[in-house]
Amino acid sequence: MQTRLTINGQDLSREVAPATLLVELLRDELGLTGTHIGCDTSQCGACNVLIDGVAVKSCTLLAVQADGKAVTTIEGLATGDTLHPMQAAFREAHGLQCGFCTPGMVMAGIEIVRRRGPNVDAETIAHDLEGNLCRCTGYMNIIKAIEAGARMMGETANA
Amino acid sequence: MREFAYARPASLADAASAFANGGEAAFIAGGHTLLPAIKSRLRMPDTLVDLAHVAGLTGIARDGDRLWIGAMTTHATVTGDATVAAAIPGLARLAAGIGDPQVRNRGTLGGVIANNDPAADYPAAVLALDAIVETDRGSYAADDYFQGMFATALADGEIVRRIGFRVPQAAAYAKFRHPASRYAVVGVFVARFADGVRVAVTGAGPGVFRWADAEAALSTDFSAAAVKGLTLDDGDLNTDIHASAEFRAHLAGVMLADAIAAA
Ligand SMILES: Cc1cc2nc3c(=O)[nH]c(=O)nc-3n(C[C@H](O)[C@H](O)[C@H](O)COP(=O)(O)OP(=O)(O)OC[C@H]3O[C@@H](n4cnc5c(N)ncnc54)[C@H](O)[C@@H]3O)c2cc1C
Ligand code: FES
Ligand code: FES
Repeated sequence: MQTRLTINGQDLSREVAPATLLVELLRDELGLTGTHIGCDTSQCGACNVLIDGVAVKSCTLLAVQADGKAVTTIEGLATGDTLHPMQAAFREAHGLQCGFCTPGMVMAGIEIVRRRGPNVDAETIAHDLEGNLCRCTGYMNIIKAIEAGARMMGETANA
Repeated sequence: MREFAYARPASLADAASAFANGGEAAFIAGGHTLLPAIKSRLRMPDTLVDLAHVAGLTGIARDGDRLWIGAMTTHATVTGDATVAAAIPGLARLAAGIGDPQVRNRGTLGGVIANNDPAADYPAAVLALDAIVETDRGSYAADDYFQGMFATALADGEIVRRIGFRVPQAAAYAKFRHPASRYAVVGVFVARFADGVRVAVTGAGPGVFRWADAEAALSTDFSAAAVKGLTLDDGDLNTDIHASAEFRAHLAGVMLADAIAAA
């Protein structure tokens, strides 16, 4: 089925088999392997991407369902060599160990700021990460990273 | 490999005919039940008919003593909607407790109601709030609509358009969530109307059901004291790897007290 999408700011028009999951289009057909697949049950959040700015699980969405929409993956967050504030915060706060969950965590962090604003507290962040699993960190540094990233996003917005 | 055709109709009539001509067809709303089921080969449809672009399946409006919510309304929208918050705040809180933020951005009211998972949250609200389920062919009272595990009054190819919740004087939902799936191990929705109290229980049995003893006690005295010590008969409840029937029977009483306190 002919499908038109914007992926990380670039227009794309191509034939997509209806059964293709968005994550399969991204990873297998477009080589955007930053979006990960961590489960088969829609529970881990490693596959989170933004669709028109809203975080969704790309393993639980058909590529054809995203027709006409703008998709942002982890590859599309930085501007040149400048990391997105949420990415920079993960590096600063050591919000990762193996890094497998990280792309989905960064997207979940951006989603939390969209819904809760840049002054969101740690307790709310912990609660709102219920759809993201990490097997390494114990979550504490992820929460710190998102808190710091949220503040930085607030400053960037006010700058 | 999975393979299916995909249709993107813009009207109810076109959706119905795409379904009728689609072999083993299925509607797709948010896809957060259907796509996991397809991935695990529990469902193998020939055609998916996407409801996302069908006109008339969205919107939230209060009309007299009813709050109408379109079938394609996501859980996130219900969570944040001012009309819902003003009419039935307990319903907005229920939606806020479904799954996780990413699930709520996609999952829809109509999808939950059509699927009727015995551990889903919304069926308890639809039943306790004496709702009307309006479809492309007619409408059903909630009491007639739910027919046990994954079973509803919907005919093959019938489309849920919107749900009309009766606005109560007070209402609240309490659930004991399964820590991994977030579904209800037991959830209880309590709704107080001028003419009596309705109580619906999800997660505990093979499908959502009303709790007559609790309704009777609360209709004369709407307080936790009135139902203290009340438990469900565990003979009709589920035992699975998550909880025994006995545990669920007790939990229902605890959730009932929590819901009354929150209403
Ligand atoms: C990780 C995870 C956690 C979840 N946690 C919870 C939870 O805590 N509580 C809870 O209640 N649910 C939970 N869910 C389920 C979630 O709420 C789903 O979104 C919901 O059950 C189905 O809605 P949907 O829009 O995704 O429907 P879909 O998956 O698109 O469809 C489900 C079924 O309904 C049919 N259908 C959909 N819309 C209509 C319509 N308008 N008319 C007729 N038939 C229709 C479809 O054909 C299909 O058979 C969870 C899901 C996931 C993946
Ligand atoms: S891969 Fe999508 S939720 Fe796990
Ligand atoms: S850092 Fe390894 S899974 Fe989260």
